[in-house]
Amino acid sequence: MEQSQARRIVVPGDQLEDDVDVREPFVVVHGGRKLATVVGLVSYKDSKPHFVPLESVYMPKPGDVVIGLVTGVGVTNWFVDINSPYTAILNIQDFLGRPFNPAADEPGRLLKVGDYVKAKVAAFDRTRSPLLSVQGEGLGRITEGRVIDISPAKVPRVIGRKRSMISILEEETGCRVFVAVNGRVHVVCGSRELEDVLFVAIKTIEREAHKSGLSERVRRIIREEKMVRGV
Amino acid sequence: MAKQAAQLIGEDGRRHDGRRPDELRPVRMQVGVLSNADGSALVEFGRTRVIAAVYGPREPIQKFMVLPDRAVLRVRYHMAPFSTSDRKSPAPSRREIELSKVIREALEPVLLAEYFPRTTIDVFIEVLQADGGTRTAGVTAASLALADAGIPMKALVGGVAVGKVGGVLVLDVDEVEDGAGEADMPVAAAPDIGLVTLFQLNGVLSRDEIARGLEMALKAIEYIVEKEKEALREKYKI
Repeated sequence: MEQSQARRIVVPGDQLEDDVDVREPFVVVHGGRKLATVVGLVSYKDSKPHFVPLESVYMPKPGDVVIGLVTGVGVTNWFVDINSPYTAILNIQDFLGRPFNPAADEPGRLLKVGDYVKAKVAAFDRTRSPLLSVQGEGLGRITEGRVIDISPAKVPRVIGRKRSMISILEEETGCRVFVAVNGRVHVVCGSRELEDVLFVAIKTIEREAHKSGLSERVRRIIREEKMVRGV
Repeated sequence: MAKQAAQLIGEDGRRHDGRRPDELRPVRMQVGVLSNADGSALVEFGRTRVIAAVYGPREPIQKFMVLPDRAVLRVRYHMAPFSTSDRKSPAPSRREIELSKVIREALEPVLLAEYFPRTTIDVFIEVLQADGGTRTAGVTAASLALADAGIPMKALVGGVAVGKVGGVLVLDVDEVEDGAGEADMPVAAAPDIGLVTLFQLNGVLSRDEIARGLEMALKAIEYIVEKEKEALREKYKI
């Protein structure tokens, strides 16, 4: 994406080239023509056009690793906001990894409203709310660092081609960065100042995701912000 | 009436504000004017000024209103109390409820609501200043705000009204022409997929006039939708 070869912004209703991949709901076929349905960017790789949405809504997919925000505590489950139109459900039994005993276990103590959890989407089929699971490597309550909210459409840009952007963020700050597909970025640094630097950098990527030469600009911004903050 | 109408179209064929019969008022559009909303737009047709905000797709406020196979579009058209010269009561009037419905139906055909079952998409249209053509400006603003919110839609919708004053068909009627004219015909369409989504008529027009009026409106809507696209691209200038 860095080498800009006649990139252009398309808007809903714009006709796209016939060899662009249909990616519902972002590209649909209407009357034999391929139409963009959201604001997006068309770029060319080996003269084949690619459509990247610039605005989108996160739709859960089984297997996705997401970062959720606990918004409610139920009798046997938590309600988790996953930055999607649907509120997700995390069962206490799954969180504990053993049967839930209402007499002994207090759900409000294990996870409180406002806690972030890293979880996997276990099931979602549009007729039921998405079901989360924290059984797996690195999943569970987030205990350190900071979570930064971005638009789900900008996730690929924060990751970069072959993780190039994450590498820049990690190299320049020495922090650990995890980008969840639902548009939440978890950063773990030694210090608050470094987290602030990353916040500025990630928000810049979100704002300027459609522009070229972003990697170098992000690198420069991180160095400047580090100087300003004296880290 | 005849005397008033005579003033509305001058001897040089120009209208009371100096426009030619097939001329739009100056159109201005801006996207992303509200940061709290998922999508928003401001649209001006001359002195008519309308703002639209879109929230969603989101979980419904009341569960009973959802549909199992698609998102429910909810539209609220409202005129601010200060939008007219006489204070307008802020309570929703019969007219506003009707316009909310026709605007909703003008947007539903282009929306790909089936990708978001069991959710609602809320569109709020607030008329800040009314000078005729607020429903068509509302459709235009709502369509832009939906696109800004990233909700997939097959095409953008634009709207404009054709009226008849002094026996002449005129495009984009304002308050004065609407009040004194013989007819008012609001039209909304999605030119990219060749679809008319709103078509109303208040007053009397002959068959021939309707055909000519529709043609005028559709030509203008092509220009309006082009302006919408420009406004969206402006937000993402490379």
